[in-house]
Amino acid sequence: MSDLFSKFDDLIAMREGLLSTGLTDPFNLVMEKVESPTVAICNGRRTILLGTYNYMGMTFDPDVVAAGKKALDEYGSGTTGSRVLNGTYAGHKEVEDALKEFYAMDHAMVFSTGYQANLGIISTIAGKDDYIILDIDSHASIYDGCALGNAQIVPFRHNDIDALEKRLKRVPEGAGKLVVLEGVYSMLGDIAPLKEMVAVSKANGAMVLVDEAHSMGFIGENGRGVAEAQGIIDDVDFIIGTFSKSVGTVGGFCVSNHPKFEILRLVCRPYVFTASLPPSVVATAATSIRKLMHGADKRAHLWENSKRLHAGLRQLGFKLGTDEPQSAIIAVIMPDLETGAAMWEALLKEGLYVNLARPPATPANMTLLRCSLCAEHTGEQVEEILGMFAAAGRATGCI
Amino acid sequence: MTDRDQTEAKIRDLIDPFNKKGVEISGGTRFAQDLEWDSLTVMDFVASVEDEFDILISMNRAAEIETVDQLVDAVRQLESER
Repeated sequence: MSDLFSKFDDLIAMREGLLSTGLTDPFNLVMEKVESPTVAICNGRRTILLGTYNYMGMTFDPDVVAAGKKALDEYGSGTTGSRVLNGTYAGHKEVEDALKEFYAMDHAMVFSTGYQANLGIISTIAGKDDYIILDIDSHASIYDGCALGNAQIVPFRHNDIDALEKRLKRVPEGAGKLVVLEGVYSMLGDIAPLKEMVAVSKANGAMVLVDEAHSMGFIGENGRGVAEAQGIIDDVDFIIGTFSKSVGTVGGFCVSNHPKFEILRLVCRPYVFTASLPPSVVATAATSIRKLMHGADKRAHLWENSKRLHAGLRQLGFKLGTDEPQSAIIAVIMPDLETGAAMWEALLKEGLYVNLARPPATPANMTLLRCSLCAEHTGEQVEEILGMFAAAGRATGCI
Repeated sequence: MTDRDQTEAKIRDLIDPFNKKGVEISGGTRFAQDLEWDSLTVMDFVASVEDEFDILISMNRAAEIETVDQLVDAVRQLESER
């Protein structure tokens, strides 16, 4: 019998090699207690959280938590059903209404996760003879959406407007075209030149989908994302988003003004063949989204945090993913996986949690320490974080 | 030189800058195994082939191409479909 697991042998060996040095497993961290959006107890130690995507700090908002508890009492713990059968409760309609209002769009469709939103929308709207033209650094859920469908997939170099345009012009006459972009790319925290890319896409007759997972609630005057900030949100056909970042719970969605959008509820398999979100989750999401509409002060404070951390890390001598802070993600580039893992552990011992990102999830096979800031991080916490980076960086020889 | 030879010659020229190990190229040379290209190198190379011949090579199509000969045939077919 051939062992189906032998294909994982290289990865198993690499992992064992890394852990045999006595390193804490970066992919096995348990948060024993969570005190707030910015502090948890990890391995018995009080730890500042700097890698949670909890950008707007809504997870402990008293109104959000109260809405969840109320829904749990009134509607029970789960729906045990698909949205198209017994799984649509008042709360699912309410959260879709909140999204329509938040984005000022005609339609909103909620999925059980953000991953499923990309999987469902992309695989369903692009058919066999259609072309999907996507940025090479797209998130796994976008690639998996492409793999689930059967359209022709054409990648282009990251954020390269000319490369996108060239490919659009080479698509056979008459074929359907979907351009897939992200507002913020989560690995380096850089944003897309959406204004130019959407213009080029429209000029070549393509529909455009933008994943704004990492910008919702934070970027743009009303927190609608990079497309809003760059003034072209009305030209975007589909916006994909998630509840698991700024909204502070779990779930995914697509909003659109397409007149036929509602038909997707019947033909989109990752929407139909799965249970809907629990009532408490949609209640917390709806409350959080409505509060995010009025989050201008928090947005301003988050920008302050992002700018301070970026400037401080740079001053310490770390190499960063972007020259200027473009989002709430600051990526610190490590020379290799071993140093990255050692630095990650040193930071944890200092009392700081960041994400360790490594190939193949990262562009150009980089090892990154990814920091995501929260609007609830105080100015003092950001200074404390910089102190921890300085100590850990010196201890591991990074700076 | 036949048309096919010309296409192959152009493709060999495009392989050159990416052939860091100086592997000798034949029709049967495999991109992943013999040239040891990672996915990023493959993307850059595919882009250079697309630009040279003004064609689109989708990921679906690229996944079926393993050798230099297969690429030459695919490029010629894509050119004829244009």
